[in-house]
Parts: sequence; C-alpha cells; structure tokens
Amino acid sequence: MIAKRIKYILAAVFSLFLIIHSASIKAQDTAHANVTENAAPAEGQLDPAKIIMDHIKDAHEFHFFTIENEENPHESFHATIPLPIVIWTKNGLSVFSSSKFGHTGEEEYKGFKLNEEKEIVFADPNCKDELYDLSITKNVVQMMIALIVLVLLLTGIAKKYKKGAGVTTAPKGWQNAIEPVVMFVRDEVAKPNLGKKFGKYLPYLLTVFFFILINNIFGLLPGSANVTGNIAFTIVLGVISFFVILFSTNKHFWGHIFWFPGVPLLVRIFIMLPVELLGVFTKPFALIVRLFANMVAGHIIILSFISLIFIFGSMSAVAGWGFSPLSIAFAVFIYLIEIMVAFIQAFIFTNLTAVFIGQALEGAHDDHEDHSHDHHDVVTA
Amino acid sequence: MTLIALLDVGLSHLGGAIGAGLAAIGAGIGIGQIGKGAVESIARQPEASNDIRANMILTAAFVEGVALFAVIAGLLAVLAK
Repeated sequence: MIAKRIKYILAAVFSLFLIIHSASIKAQDTAHANVTENAAPAEGQLDPAKIIMDHIKDAHEFHFFTIENEENPHESFHATIPLPIVIWTKNGLSVFSSSKFGHTGEEEYKGFKLNEEKEIVFADPNCKDELYDLSITKNVVQMMIALIVLVLLLTGIAKKYKKGAGVTTAPKGWQNAIEPVVMFVRDEVAKPNLGKKFGKYLPYLLTVFFFILINNIFGLLPGSANVTGNIAFTIVLGVISFFVILFSTNKHFWGHIFWFPGVPLLVRIFIMLPVELLGVFTKPFALIVRLFANMVAGHIIILSFISLIFIFGSMSAVAGWGFSPLSIAFAVFIYLIEIMVAFIQAFIFTNLTAVFIGQALEGAHDDHEDHSHDHHDVVTA
Repeated sequence: MTLIALLDVGLSHLGGAIGAGLAAIGAGIGIGQIGKGAVESIARQPEASNDIRANMILTAAFVEGVALFAVIAGLLAVLAK
C-alpha cells in the first residue's frame, strides 16, 4: 500500500521534472550560457575546481608556487619554468617562450594569443588559417625526462650484466632493484600468459611496464605534470597494445570470433558475433580508460584534500589552520595509496596486455582445454 | 527562463554527483567481497597467502577500474557544457 503511494508520488515528481525540462528547449541556448558563465565565483574568490583542473591539465609552463604581492599584483613572484611554444602556420614555424604571453596569459605575441581554454589561437578572430600547435608542454617534457631515465637506467644495468656482474657474482647497485621486477614480469606476467612465445613479447611488456611506472611516480611529485592521467597518453598506449594484440592473432582466434563454438546457431549469429567483435575493441578501450581514470582520480583526490585547507581558510583563518593537520594527514594517507596504485596500474596494464596477447595466440585446443591451464599453474608455483 | 537554465545545470551536476556516489557504493561492495573471499581463503590455507594476495590485488584493480569508469562519466556530466 505504502509502496504504491511512493510509486505514484515518484511518478508525479518525475513527470513534473520532465515537463519543466522540456519547456526550456530553444534553438539558441543563451540562458544556459549565462548560467554556466556565472557559475564561476567572483573575482578574487577561491575557485577550487579551477585550481584542481589547472593542476591536472597540460600547461605551457612548470608552475611551482606563487608568492602573492597584495598591494601590487604585478610584482607577485611566480616560480615557473616557461616552456617553448612551437606553432606551425602557413607562414612557417614560430618558436618562442611561453613567458611572452605574460603571467596571466592575456598578452598577445606575434599575432597569437591564448583563449579561455588556454589554447593557442590567432589574435585576429577573423583569421581562419590553419594553426598546428606542436609546443613542448609539461607533459612532453616529463615524458622526455622519463624516457631518458628509462633508457639510461635500463641500458646501464644491461651493460653491467654483459660484463658479468650479477651473472657470475651477486647483483650490484641498481641491479638489485630492477632484477626482481624484471623477473616478476617474466615469470608472473609473460610466461603464464604467453607460454613458449614469451620471448618475443617480453621487451614490449617490460617497456610498457617501466614507462607507465616511471611516469606514474613522476606524476606524484608536486609541480610535475600529470602524464598518465592524460587521455591522449593512455590512448596512444592502448592503441599500441591493440596493434600488438592484433598482429598476434591467428586464424583460430578469428574463427572463434566469427563462429563461436558450442552455442546454438541463432545465438552464434545474433549474440556471439556482435559481442565478440565488440570485445576485440572494448578490451583495449578498457585498458585506456582504466589507467587514465585511476591516475586522474588519484590526483584529484590529493588536490581536493589540499584545497580543503584553503576552502576552510576562506571561511575563517582559524578553521583553515585548525583543519590543516587533518587535511595533511589525509593527503599523506592518499599519497601512500597512490604510490601503491602507481605500481598496481602499471602491473595491471602489462598483465592485461599479456593476457589479451595470450588469448590471441591460442592455438587449436582439444576438449580438455581446462586441464592445460592447470599444468601452467603447477610449473610456475 | 534563467530559472529553467539553472535547473538544467543543477540537474546535470546532481546527476554527475549521484552517479559518482552510486559508483562508490558499487566499488565498496565489490572490493569488500573480494577482501572477504581473500581473507577467508588465507585463513583456510595460510601458506597460499602470497598467491591469494596477488590475485586479490589484481581483481580489486579490475573492480576499481569499473567504478572509475562511472566516476569519469559523472565528471563528464558535470563538466560538459
């Protein structure tokens, strides 16, 4: 009885919402634009959403901190490293430092300026030429640093092994740290999933593991760029994994996709075929979104806890100071979890890529397919 | 009409926030079940605890990935103009 009443009330409220909502459909959405523009807080007030998004997004400079000068805002000290901006237009290549756009990013330079979304556009709004932004941004610099660290570290260690250190003697120095990790990827990720062909794929798996790991760890340092939390970066990694998986497929794999064994004919054509075809694409897509979402969520949480101090501080100075130990404790706790997540996400990406390659490589199996997996477990235990 | 526009924006923010909250519930239940299964298995067979711990962390990352898909959808609901 009561449940029925609640159902009717819910239906009435829902219909009311729908009616009010449908009355607002117009060709020109000016009212909506007014509201979203006014949604930002007034000048000078704290805008935590903007602060958090600015830290997560890519930028043309490394910004560490700003010492505000209340009397004269132009004399505030900004500790930044401006990065080069590289633009290709029909007039050729333009390279200049991002500091030419000024600290607030509102000045014009050489006919270019930054718009509200901090993208580079022509200063002349009527200019419809093509503009290719090839700038060296924060993410690019951090990726290059990670690349240098990766290559120097791992090739240096490999050279040591070639000379015999760690082969005939005990491992020395960085070998102690890297060898267990490489053995882990080989024995727990590559061999169980790829069987005999693990040697072909181990370089790619190790590369992707260490690259994601190093970029994750760098992203945790204050002031650094959020590389793995950038959808473009994860899309590229996911697409590369997709092509590696695609190039390892064989006839048996595609046979299973188009003609799934062991189900009735109608199910086979109308359900299994679209599902399996979609599955080829959703697996790398899940890899992409998983890495991106985990990293960006972690960064947003850390930044939100720190911003809480300032939100409380803008209400009253005492609240700000009093809340800060709690906020810093939470932030440290989340930081430790994020270090664990950095390792886990690199491992998950590598493991799942290996699993998908293994699925693509699978040869013809007889009816006792389950037993073959048991043998794997016994050998590697 | 600004009232209607405010309602639109408010509804999208509401949808995003409720979606993220529901995702948190889903993740909590899922990872709780994983933890329960893992801890019970370790209690039954302590010498397998390393294998169980590795599988638990792997499965927890999967479930968390799904929950974070929903968080991203909520963020898109709030941020899309």
